[in-house]
Amino acid sequence: MKTSSKARMRTGAALAGLVAGMVAAQAGTLKIESWRNDDADIWNSKIIPAFNKVYPDIKVEFSPSAPADYNAALNARLDGGTAGDLITCRPFDASLALYDKHQLDGLNDLKGMDGFSTVAKSAWTTDDGKTTFCVPMASVIHGFIYNKDAFKKIGASEPKTMAEFHAILDKLKKDGTYTPIDMGTADQWEAATMGFQNIGPNYWKGETGRANLISGKEKFTDPQYTAVFKELASWAPYMGSGFEAQKYPDSQNLFTLGKAAIYPAGSWDITTFRGQATFPIGAFKAPTVAGGDCYISDHTDIGMGLNSASKNKDDAKKFLSWLATPEFADLYANALPGFFPLSNAHVTIKDDLAAEMVGWRKECKSTIRNSYQIVNRGTPNLENELWNVSAQVINGALTPDAAGKQLQDGLDKWYHPAK
Amino acid sequence: MAEPVSQLVASMPRARMLALMTLFLGPAVAIYTLFSIYPLIATMTLSTYTSDPSGVFTFVGLANFVTLLGDAVWSRPFWNAAYNNLIFFCVHMLVQNPIGIALAGLLSLPGLKLKGFYRTVIFLPTMLSVVIVGFSWNLILSPLWGVAEGALKSVGLGAWFAPWMGLPHTALLTLALISVWQFVGIPMMLIYAALLNIPDELTDAARVDGLGQLRIFFHIKLPLVLPTIGMVSILTFVGNFNAFDLIYSVKGALAGPNFASDILGTFFYRTFFGFQLQVGNPTMGAAVATVMFLIILVGVCLYLFVVQRRLRRYSF
Amino acid sequence: MFERQLKSAGVHLLLIAYSCLAVGPILLVVMNSFKKRAAIFGSPLSFPDFTTFSLIGYNKVFSASHVVLYFWNSLVVTLVSMSLVLLLGAMAAWALTEYRFRWTTALSLYLAIGIMVPIRLGSVAILTMMRKAGLNDTLTALILVYVAQGLPMSIFILSEFVQQIPRDLRDAARCDGVPETRIFFEVIAPLLRPAIATVAVFTIVPIWNDLWFPLILTSSDSTHTITLGVQQFLGQYITDWNSVLAALSMAILPIVAIYIVFSRQLIAGLTAGAVK
Repeated sequence: MKTSSKARMRTGAALAGLVAGMVAAQAGTLKIESWRNDDADIWNSKIIPAFNKVYPDIKVEFSPSAPADYNAALNARLDGGTAGDLITCRPFDASLALYDKHQLDGLNDLKGMDGFSTVAKSAWTTDDGKTTFCVPMASVIHGFIYNKDAFKKIGASEPKTMAEFHAILDKLKKDGTYTPIDMGTADQWEAATMGFQNIGPNYWKGETGRANLISGKEKFTDPQYTAVFKELASWAPYMGSGFEAQKYPDSQNLFTLGKAAIYPAGSWDITTFRGQATFPIGAFKAPTVAGGDCYISDHTDIGMGLNSASKNKDDAKKFLSWLATPEFADLYANALPGFFPLSNAHVTIKDDLAAEMVGWRKECKSTIRNSYQIVNRGTPNLENELWNVSAQVINGALTPDAAGKQLQDGLDKWYHPAK
Repeated sequence: MAEPVSQLVASMPRARMLALMTLFLGPAVAIYTLFSIYPLIATMTLSTYTSDPSGVFTFVGLANFVTLLGDAVWSRPFWNAAYNNLIFFCVHMLVQNPIGIALAGLLSLPGLKLKGFYRTVIFLPTMLSVVIVGFSWNLILSPLWGVAEGALKSVGLGAWFAPWMGLPHTALLTLALISVWQFVGIPMMLIYAALLNIPDELTDAARVDGLGQLRIFFHIKLPLVLPTIGMVSILTFVGNFNAFDLIYSVKGALAGPNFASDILGTFFYRTFFGFQLQVGNPTMGAAVATVMFLIILVGVCLYLFVVQRRLRRYSF
Repeated sequence: MFERQLKSAGVHLLLIAYSCLAVGPILLVVMNSFKKRAAIFGSPLSFPDFTTFSLIGYNKVFSASHVVLYFWNSLVVTLVSMSLVLLLGAMAAWALTEYRFRWTTALSLYLAIGIMVPIRLGSVAILTMMRKAGLNDTLTALILVYVAQGLPMSIFILSEFVQQIPRDLRDAARCDGVPETRIFFEVIAPLLRPAIATVAVFTIVPIWNDLWFPLILTSSDSTHTITLGVQQFLGQYITDWNSVLAALSMAILPIVAIYIVFSRQLIAGLTAGAVK
């Protein structure tokens, strides 16, 4: 009896070993495509090791491309069949295009997908809302990061309204030690992303305005949008001399060298400034227009999808499900403060600046950037146009009215919202 | 080129001649045709198709060209890019080539010491990658920590400084001048070599007659190197209308401010590969490429049939 | 006497002034690659001193990136392309000059068109072809493209040289019954040496610094060339300036070294009639 049960156990162990061996033999390597070459260190030192604690047999390689070339390079690789198993997804139409070309798999049945809200998934869902094709990973929040020493010098506190904001700007300009607003227009995108999309939601009332733009009820020529451009145009006198040739890295350097006071920011800047600024920094959200409800730009930015041509889909799906776990959310949020996880899980963020920014979600209503969903599909490309006109408005080359008109005219050429 | 054939070669059996031709010419012609000529023709063919989001191609004939040249959404950026490219080319013709000729003239002066040193140093920028060129000039011209402003102030011209790279009416000129800075070594080398080929007897005779170096240069040397200057000009033309690297590296694919630095190369890249949220459009991209080729072809033909014929070549 | 010295001084002054203009920006890059980040932007013109000297960029570049691999890739692509351009170009130039047919002139013209045709315009089709041939994302793809790009100019230059080789020399070996291929490799090729420098410089420089084809034909890290590889330090939001400058400084060295080696022969080649 004993012998036979021992024998049975031995056989069972052997079988288990065989099965485990088979499983291990099938576990392969996963390659991740991404534009976040900034994060390469974190992935290799923190995230992948954490994944390997749960799945030690799956090797993961994080293989980023330079961000400016990501779309072109990724498309070339996808068409040529040499792309990685996991694709970092840009929000909305760029990834929808990949899904339509059958290069991304639908992920409705993926374990863990129910841990995300509809809003979180909206950036990676088909228009009819039926299929999601990327796991939401992180969103970024917009606001203003400031040099606390500068504010102390002029005796200012965080502004709540635009009027207070301008009072501070005037005081800073009079004082002269610091450049009041640290932004340049040479790269164009800051004017649109940290300017227009940052303060804008307070003017067009967040998701309401965005939905109305899509449905055609509101137009870029409406007064609330022109008001945003007017506000942007008023920033020029408070920006550094020669800001027209100031590029994004210049703005970062100006701030971290302690020469500027207020930096219109995306939450991703927290990581950079933590490493390089030698003075205390704080953050305040976009000031409201004379009181009223506040809105913040809380933009679904990064997701991860499954390459339809992947040879290792089982392991890839394990990885994607792991991305949906609270453990990953906690790890990611703390390894990369400024990128906020989108899952419903509660996460404690240790970096106080990042914690403050994510805390704005409780005080204000969130909205995503209004140029990304649906209205970005035609020619001229709305987002590129927005970059162009925002930069020109701040440069003084385009009036706020003309800016709104250019955007709307471009949109009307191809966009005919179903009435 | 129209040399009489060697007797021995002419008497070779035809089959053997063909075999030799294939052996010697085959590989070169094959690679050249496959990777240079065929892709060009394929691009021109692709420009007559259009594609839809799911990747199906349909033949549309010249419709893409009609859109490119007629539809304001496409034609305005296209003509803007073409016009900018023309300015880019003119700056090179008016600044790069004269400076190259002048430097070559100086270097070819008889009895000049340190020739090799100057030649190497002046040719150095041509060997750099655009990333270096873009970065260093961005740093120099930056209004925040640039040295340009300080340098101008020290000679009392501080008021002249402006953020040239960021202003629409100076951005293209600045980039063109940076490109000139980088590539002046090439015309310099070619014209220098041509000047060296002029036999000393000619210049000696002129000097004996009492002409100064400057007049010798303008009246004797320059006319004799006109064919080389012609070749340099056409190479400049082809190079400029093909340019992309510097502008992409410094300004990105959107070539700001407000497309002021957009040239045909960046317009082609943006159209074909897309940019940020703009999805790439391979068929329109092919149309842009075809038009670019036609522009270059017209320019080269104009040169060959109008200018080249009139240049006299002297052999010594 | 004095006037002549004055004129000579004037010439040197002009040349030195322009030389400073040519070299200044390069020295700026190299100098700043040895400074700390704060010092790069705090005082870009100053030399690195004890407080600002830092090798952090070079450390990062060597340890965290595949810089050596990129250099190797650039080297392989450049040298193999140049060798093929020289070999195939010389063979073609020889055949076009020596074995004349009805359509030799037409063929010469066909090959010369390549100098004018911007190969980049065919990128669309090149990309598709490479994908179909399975050569996508390989160094071979880059080499094939660069050879096609360099052949027309090389054939053009080498043809002029071949024509200058005396007829008798070409025929003498034939009288001895030496096969044509041997004539080419043993008699003709060595005489083309001055031309090699010319062709080399005109071929190597554009290939080493090319951004376009590595950008569209290579997508994975292992096939990046140095010009493209430097881009990885330019992140989406964070630019690692120390590493960028270190990598750029290192990228300058090989090309300058090659040029200095070749420069005297380059001039000899150019003046021996490559350019008429």
